[in-house]
Amino acid sequence: MHGVTPGEVAALKVENVSHAYGSRRALEQVSFTLAASTFTVLLGLNGAGKSTLFSLITRLYGTQAGRVAIFDHDVSRASGEALRRLGVVFQPRTLDLDLSVLQNLRYHAALHGIGPAQARQRARALLERVGLADRARDKVRNLSGGQMRRVEIARALLHRPPLLVLDEPTVGLDIKARADILAHAHRLVAEDGVCVLWATHLVDEIDERDLVIVLHHGRLLAHGTVAQVVAANGGTDIRAAFTALTRERADASEAS
Amino acid sequence: MSTQLGSKAERSGFALRDYAICLSGIVWREGLRFLHQRERFISALVRPLVWLFIFAAGFRQVLGVAIIPPYEVYVLYEEYITPGLIVMIQLFNGMQSSLSMVYDREMGNMRTLLVSPLPRWYLLSCKLVASTAVSLLQVYTYLAIAWFWDIKPPPIGYLTVLPALILNGLMLGALGMLISSVVRQLENFAGVMNFVIFPMFFASSALYPLWQVQQSSPLLALVCELNPFTHAVELTRFALYAKINWSALAIVAGCTVVFMVAAVVAYDPARGLIARRGAGGET
Repeated sequence: MHGVTPGEVAALKVENVSHAYGSRRALEQVSFTLAASTFTVLLGLNGAGKSTLFSLITRLYGTQAGRVAIFDHDVSRASGEALRRLGVVFQPRTLDLDLSVLQNLRYHAALHGIGPAQARQRARALLERVGLADRARDKVRNLSGGQMRRVEIARALLHRPPLLVLDEPTVGLDIKARADILAHAHRLVAEDGVCVLWATHLVDEIDERDLVIVLHHGRLLAHGTVAQVVAANGGTDIRAAFTALTRERADASEAS
Repeated sequence: MSTQLGSKAERSGFALRDYAICLSGIVWREGLRFLHQRERFISALVRPLVWLFIFAAGFRQVLGVAIIPPYEVYVLYEEYITPGLIVMIQLFNGMQSSLSMVYDREMGNMRTLLVSPLPRWYLLSCKLVASTAVSLLQVYTYLAIAWFWDIKPPPIGYLTVLPALILNGLMLGALGMLISSVVRQLENFAGVMNFVIFPMFFASSALYPLWQVQQSSPLLALVCELNPFTHAVELTRFALYAKINWSALAIVAGCTVVFMVAAVVAYDPARGLIARRGAGGET
């Protein structure tokens, strides 16, 4: 159900990926596949390995073991082709506070080989969509946290990537801003056919229609629709299922 | 929009134009940031000016500089140390920006840079070019102020010194990146000051001609000869008087290539993050 139908190219394919920092293992044999035009929530507590996984998908770190491919382009061996199909919103804020919104977007466009004129045009359109067209010339420093996040999402879409990954994009935002950004990400899937991978530790950011991946202590514990994950792990809703999944593991690791 | 996605996916490889846009974008951003960071600009200027106004003025009577190439007449000590101070500006600038590429708060911005689809070696080289461009602004501002202090190289010298400055900037930036990537212990700028900047600056021909060093300590003279900073200073000294010091040029060019290749190979973005992870526990 959550896999990729035969003949279709996977938007993101993670195969047997393991990663360690010295002796500490951050990821163990993680494998999953995301199809185009889907919204997947990567759910995990702090320290589950979400950010490490993101660093591998974005080629920030070299892959130690396993393989990551974006639309069939290996991130290590064909990184150019892979990265041009990938949009990223990192967990820490990565905008230049002293530059204007438009300057930030123009810089990012240049990194993707998009010239100033085209960049301005695309930036205007994207800012319109995130409701910040009137703030284009403002310094980023003067924006609220939620507005900065929206700018970062607009920036990640400048080069029109078919895959968008967001690492805990709602950290530090109020309820309204969180809901806005979540809704915007869902629209990208529905209207533009973008594949979205949304990492969070907050169960209430999961929608019934989403796909869910549960990551705990570097291991993938569940992957499927919300209904599938709930059914497989008992309980009445995804919160109960997630609690059950992560508690069992905690008990098991304490016992061993 | 879905059709646009399709056409984008079919495009493959990168045109020369993509590379050029990327480079100009990185240099443009670095320039903008520089203009916003006035304190950095001012401190970059105050340092050499303190040397020029105070140190050189005080030592003018103590140190006599004989006529050595490229000078054709006796020069004041201020004039002698100006090339050294120029390269010192570039040394500080190169170390500062390279260090921030490995450790600093800039890490967030490094991430955006590194997810560009262009090759990583190219992105890092663009960063070095951008930091070199910023050092040029600093150097020319310094030279403008020095002109009022009666340090007046021939007008053509302001132009002929430019290629030397570009080469110096690249070499020192690459050296900074290499050092901060390889040496774990240099966690902050104070460490770099003590173990890199001061030794490089003092064990060079920046403050005293090598023949004078040779007379007092042949060993120190040898160290100076082995110091790439010395050759950057001599290259600049000659270029400022529209002359070429071929051996200095060859050494600086060679070091630039070696440092750049080594820096790109040694650069590992995981390091700055791991250093922070130890403190912050972010995963």
